[in-house]
Amino acid sequence: MKYLAFAAGVLTATSAFAETPELTVYTYDSFVSDWGPGPAVKAAFEAECACTLNFVGAGDGAALLARIKLEGARTEADVVLGLDTNLTAAAKETGLFATHSVEADYTLPVEWADDTFAPYDWGYFAFVHNADEAAPTNFKALGASDKKIVIQDPRSSTPGLGLLMWVKAAYGDEAGAVWAELADNVVTVTPGWSEAYGLFLEGEADMVLSYTTSPAYHLIAEEDATKAAVTFDEGHYLQVEVAGKLKGSDQQELADQFLQFMVSDAFQTIIPTTNWMYPAVTPAGGLPEGFETLISPDKALLIPADKADALRDVALPEWQNALSK
Amino acid sequence: MAERAFQISHRLGISAAVFIAALILSALVAVAMRAEGEFTMTPGDWAALRFTIWQAILSAFFSCLFAIPVARALARRRFVGRSLLITLLGAPFILPVIVAVLGLLAIFGRSGLLNDALRAFGFETVSVYGLLGVVLAHVFFNLPLATRLMLQGWRSVPAERFRLIAQLGMPPRMVFRLIEWPLILRIVPGAFALVFVICLTSFAVALTLGGGPRATTIELAIYQAFRFDFDLGRAAVLSLLQIVVAGGAAVLALWLIPQVSFGGGLDRMQARWDVRRGFQRGIDAGFIGAAALFLILPLAAITLSGLRGLGDVPLHVWGTAWTSLWVALVSVLALLVLALPLAGWIATTRCASVETVGLLGLAASPLMIGTGWFIIIFPFADPADWALGVTIVVNALMALPFALRILVPVMRETVQSYSRLTQALGVQGVRLWMWILLPRLRPQIGFAAGLTGALSVGDLGVIALFADPDRATLPLQMYRLMGSYRSEAAAGAALILLVLAFGLFWILDAWGRRHAIAE
Repeated sequence: MKYLAFAAGVLTATSAFAETPELTVYTYDSFVSDWGPGPAVKAAFEAECACTLNFVGAGDGAALLARIKLEGARTEADVVLGLDTNLTAAAKETGLFATHSVEADYTLPVEWADDTFAPYDWGYFAFVHNADEAAPTNFKALGASDKKIVIQDPRSSTPGLGLLMWVKAAYGDEAGAVWAELADNVVTVTPGWSEAYGLFLEGEADMVLSYTTSPAYHLIAEEDATKAAVTFDEGHYLQVEVAGKLKGSDQQELADQFLQFMVSDAFQTIIPTTNWMYPAVTPAGGLPEGFETLISPDKALLIPADKADALRDVALPEWQNALSK
Repeated sequence: MAERAFQISHRLGISAAVFIAALILSALVAVAMRAEGEFTMTPGDWAALRFTIWQAILSAFFSCLFAIPVARALARRRFVGRSLLITLLGAPFILPVIVAVLGLLAIFGRSGLLNDALRAFGFETVSVYGLLGVVLAHVFFNLPLATRLMLQGWRSVPAERFRLIAQLGMPPRMVFRLIEWPLILRIVPGAFALVFVICLTSFAVALTLGGGPRATTIELAIYQAFRFDFDLGRAAVLSLLQIVVAGGAAVLALWLIPQVSFGGGLDRMQARWDVRRGFQRGIDAGFIGAAALFLILPLAAITLSGLRGLGDVPLHVWGTAWTSLWVALVSVLALLVLALPLAGWIATTRCASVETVGLLGLAASPLMIGTGWFIIIFPFADPADWALGVTIVVNALMALPFALRILVPVMRETVQSYSRLTQALGVQGVRLWMWILLPRLRPQIGFAAGLTGALSVGDLGVIALFADPDRATLPLQMYRLMGSYRSEAAAGAALILLVLAFGLFWILDAWGRRHAIAE
């Protein structure tokens, strides 16, 4: 069938414009799951584009980039959605991505001036705990306390890498010493976010590394107000999730249309209660009820994409040494 | 044993071995070909290698050590629920890693039953995180498997031997020396090698319960190389290293297996007149009770939290159970096609170490196999179309070493006991399989098929690398639920998965054990 379809495609290439165009978007797995933003986004975009939108899910953000690198210029993808600022420099290096034409009034806590990748949502990393317990308000106090935390491995998980960058951005050369203080608070390090959050919910730790928006899920979807994020006075590290268009795409205009749609209200209103992150452009109707209860850090930390790689190579051995003792 | 005393054709077995080696090596070569730049082992890699090997040795040692008395006790006793307990032994093994870990932590974790009890009685609490936790979890996964393998060894002793022992009035000590010790020597090296290789490729268990980056395994380094660094050369070298260590251990262990045979019998039920005294009963009851508690408590915790979340499981997740089921059934078929001829070859060749080829599938990192085949398939076709096919082949490859370990000893025993008779009667080819081998191997085939089916239902496999939203399996859906805060629904999905995998295992295993000639 595959070959037949291919042969038919070659033979009828000249009449292809008459058919419904297809846009293929590679994204991470949880985006396309039935309770993620994927299904609603597909319906909303197809209602206005006269096209078919196909999502292809591939693991997490890092797996997504690995997949694009594996496929190279021959990739089927027209758009890649779901990289974050720790990955964008490596993604640009592949030379596979084209500049975008998205225009929007972002409501990000930082200036956005990337001409290759456009943001669609963002969130602060934060420790989540049970709201009725007292919590330390910075990394040093956490290190001095007897609170138990569970974190993710920066070598296999995006939030884990986020925490590594958070400590590095806040403490610079002192980061190693801060980690040494934290070592006895760390119950364990998990391969991914799910395992860590699962352990926290089972009562294995007092706090877990997650997002400031995590309590919103419990509040809105489960009507459970017992979880809260803790404000740290060093500031909070930012995760900005972005999308970009591939140079090799045969649907350049449609890809541009999708990226512009991505920052429109139709897309942005879907994000808060499916991806549980802040929309990159706050929709006209504002944020869903419940989001106003979340903490809003005074200071956003973000290491520029072009410096993230080099800094990671310094921070990773510091982390590993401190926690291996 | 005379060369080719038994007319099992080696051609099919050798073809299967070549096919397996080609599948795995092609993936390795595909990854290596795409690599750029040179690779050198860092001190961190060596530390990871040391930790990986050390925890695997400890895990295999303790799994086998505890399996011996438990299997011995189960072999000597008949009691109500024995059959169910033996079937339950298959359960931990088939659980998705994170589910099993949460189950274990419900008992041994910081706020688990054990620590609650310790606190209630005013004792210091214990922390399970560290090497202890890693070994504990690996023993939880593998003790049951090792027990089943050894139990099978006990079953292979003809009932007439025990009758003779009873008539001679031998004390348990002598029985141990004359029968059980040679038996243990024959089974333990293979079981040890198998558990060692399983633990060698451990990643999520080792890291999650290891308590920090001390517990870095080679598999994690491979994952990092693929995902975060996209350093394919490094991934290929580390994968090769893992295969070499696993292969080396397997060759050594299989070479150590002595050729012991207890001869043929009339396939009567084993009756044990020799162990009816109170003291022996007490020992056996103690080991069976401890093993049962160790198994059942975490499973009960998983079941309880699963029942609470069952109502939250979205309807279409139930639908993916169907996909998982038929993938599992096709995987079982694929496994039998590979394993039976291969076992026939191994059982009749002089060089038992060829069984190592079966271990390749388990020793190779699934991520490496998946990525390698992705590279191979991508230029010709859409890998998503191949996702389920690749999953089936990988499932069969992963299950192959278990199947071989289950099939080969009994196959060898059959060969030794029946070779003269079948030769004299000129039975060979298809008839040899239909009349002699398959009927005698029925319990083993059922067990191996059950294990493969259950593993295939529970394994995330390579589907995560290939799949698109329409081709999800149940474990993938469970991870997706977990990854989006829906931990209760995920627990419910895990329970569905457990019931499905366990049900499949139970049906196939019971099919093998029922009407079996040599129960």
